[in-house]
Amino acid sequence: MADGPFAQAFVYLLAAVVAVPVARRLGLGSVLGYLVAGVVIGPYALGFVGTEGEDVLHFAEFGVVMMLFLIGLELEPARLWRLRVPILGLGGLQVALTALVVAVGAGVAGQDVRAAIAIGLILSLSSTAIVLQTFQEKGLMGTEAGQNGFSVLLFQDIAVIPMLALLPLLATVDAAGGDGGDAPLRELPGWGQALAVLAAVALIVLAGRFLLRPVFRFIAGAGIREVFTAAALLIVVGIALLMDTVGLSPALGTFVAGVVLADSEYRHELEGDIEPFKGLLLGLFFIAVGAGIDFGVLGDDPLRIAGIVAGLVAAKAAVLLALGVRFRMGVDQRTLFALALAQGGEFAFVLLATARQQGVLDATTVSTLVGAVAVSMAVTPLLLLVAEGVLLPRIGPARAERPEADAIDTEHPVIIAGFGGFGSTVGRFLRANGVDATVLDADPGHVEALRRLGLKVFYGDASRLDLLRAAGAERARLLIIALGDGEEAGELVRNVRRHFPDLRVMVRAHDRTGAYRAINDGVDDVYRESLDTALRMGTDALAALGRSRYQAVRAARTFRWHDERHLRELAAVTDRKQHVSEARARIRAIEEAMLGDGEAILAEVDAGWDNTSLRRESAGEG
Amino acid sequence: MPQVLILFAHPAEARSRVNRVLADAVRDLPGVTFRDLYETYPEFDIRVRDEQELLDAHDAVVLQHPLYWYSCPAIVKEWLDLVLEHGWAYGRHGHHLRGKTWLTAVTTAGTSEAYSPEGTHGVHIRDLLVPFERTAVLCGMRYLPPFAVHGSLRMDAAQIAMAAEDYRRVVEALRDGTLDHAAAEGAPRLNTPALMNVICAAAPDG
Repeated sequence: MADGPFAQAFVYLLAAVVAVPVARRLGLGSVLGYLVAGVVIGPYALGFVGTEGEDVLHFAEFGVVMMLFLIGLELEPARLWRLRVPILGLGGLQVALTALVVAVGAGVAGQDVRAAIAIGLILSLSSTAIVLQTFQEKGLMGTEAGQNGFSVLLFQDIAVIPMLALLPLLATVDAAGGDGGDAPLRELPGWGQALAVLAAVALIVLAGRFLLRPVFRFIAGAGIREVFTAAALLIVVGIALLMDTVGLSPALGTFVAGVVLADSEYRHELEGDIEPFKGLLLGLFFIAVGAGIDFGVLGDDPLRIAGIVAGLVAAKAAVLLALGVRFRMGVDQRTLFALALAQGGEFAFVLLATARQQGVLDATTVSTLVGAVAVSMAVTPLLLLVAEGVLLPRIGPARAERPEADAIDTEHPVIIAGFGGFGSTVGRFLRANGVDATVLDADPGHVEALRRLGLKVFYGDASRLDLLRAAGAERARLLIIALGDGEEAGELVRNVRRHFPDLRVMVRAHDRTGAYRAINDGVDDVYRESLDTALRMGTDALAALGRSRYQAVRAARTFRWHDERHLRELAAVTDRKQHVSEARARIRAIEEAMLGDGEAILAEVDAGWDNTSLRRESAGEG
Repeated sequence: MPQVLILFAHPAEARSRVNRVLADAVRDLPGVTFRDLYETYPEFDIRVRDEQELLDAHDAVVLQHPLYWYSCPAIVKEWLDLVLEHGWAYGRHGHHLRGKTWLTAVTTAGTSEAYSPEGTHGVHIRDLLVPFERTAVLCGMRYLPPFAVHGSLRMDAAQIAMAAEDYRRVVEALRDGTLDHAAAEGAPRLNTPALMNVICAAAPDG
């Protein structure tokens, strides 16, 4: 038994640190690792955690809340609107049909009608935490299964609210307690509750639109990072508190807040700040689920529990499969989709507890179902492993076949760091060619000004790895660094090359020194900001002097080609003295190459159009 | 008064001996628009609408360029590819060039004897320029035999000046609508001494 917060923290962290890497190494995924760690430290194995595991579970549910906030952040309202068909259609049908099937099953098993309906509703939910974490880890979010799975989970998260409202109506006994717990709303009449719900959501939307952005701007302007992190946490905690007070799902509230903030300039900064907390808490949540599996109840009647779990998973998977056929998913995709969402969800724990409070279900049923849901959650990663390893190879292609464009992550193929005159020109050019970029800039005032111009820019210091990750550096194809030349750009280049080796980096360099540094950091695509402009000016100067414009353009290109080649050669010469002499030699070399024997006509540029030799030959023959 | 559009293309004008003089002979003629393609589009970013508007505003188009590898310099090809759009220049709804006159004016290093069935190149210049002729015909244009200055490598200043003078007369006749299309029909090239006297016989109206 571990005592005290430090000892507790030590046990949980140790379990996670040991179990998760091992699980990942074995290809089992982090979720299963956490669950196993939970079982191991739980009361039925090593016994480091006892009944307080349940409190930990409640605390760790906050990880789910944070996850929904992050999901909301990645879902701009427009995108959410585009997903309305899968969310309402697929999600609605999944919940309704699963609830029906499970309720009938429960009825057959001897529950009375009301209890059966409650069980059906509660078990129709799947685990957002497990499914999304697993999908993300396996890179399946962009697939059809990932997309539809996400839509269904989103609908379920929303459906929790009416379910909470519905449970009291299903009570066979008058609700015990009567003080309504921490939800004063229950005392209100039906229309009052509905109104309060709308008011709370409206409050979040309005605050997100009009209050939070100025506040963030103010905080960002102060330039103290941890205060911004604190503010981000404050938002999430505050909303969760508000929703809890009015008796709504905190997860839904933070999700709404996330959606509202999704097109704000602070999106990636918020993501970067919340992500580690979410990760830790979600891990804690999985550990707690593992630790909370009541092997006592399981042990009493293992066959019964096994039967319930098998029945539940089979029923849910069957409904999902049927929907997969109806919604025209490929065989592989619907198999994945069905197996991934076939477990009970974390909200089931909450709803089961409520159902018990409200007298809808009796204590034995509840603890049996809690055990069954926990086991079904633990089984999911295994089912997916089986699906991936055994089933999918036989029934055809798995993995993403659809283009990434439809993926939930709004991530763009290009990230632009630094949106001054240079970066913004690159960005506008790309956009004019139908390529969207995620733009980061570290100056809050600048970001605001650009937003007013209608350019979508996010606040954040791109040299921070977590922020880059939040901006999608893992999946982006290009990172365009248009920062100043200082150490921060160099630091960013080195960081990116270490942590995202597949990300192609293009660097704007202020001058030759900056270019040398980038080249020596291993960047192939280095762009001196003044070279092309200077050559364009030189071209116009030649034209103004009466040279053919076409010749001048070609001369500039030739000059640039030489100069770029020399730049790369000279980058390797670090000795100062040697560098100067080598540079001088090359400047001379360009001039000689282009001017030929001192004529004003560019020898190297247009020898093909010179007929002097042809004329001489022809005269010789004549 | 009909208008003549001269599209001039020489990628290295400074190296030109003949084309430059020909160009100078027509560059500033009234009723003639002289357009240097390489100078206008040094990066080949041809603005199709601008070019089409110019074509609309003229009755005759002269493509003037040296002959490179039996064909035109690259920008002329680019110009043809981009400007003569389907639906604008040809096709069921492409009538913008219908009835206009097309003349190609080329300079060749080889002599006129070399550009004959018995010579080094084995064909007349007109036969080499068949792709341009077909292009013009497809666009419903009246195609004139090419104005070809042969033997440019060994022309002396007086010969070049004479060729330039012929060129100016042809362009003026085109501009004035006095060029005798019927007489030119089927000729291997426009600027043989005999033909020149016939097709440009009519005195300019002033």
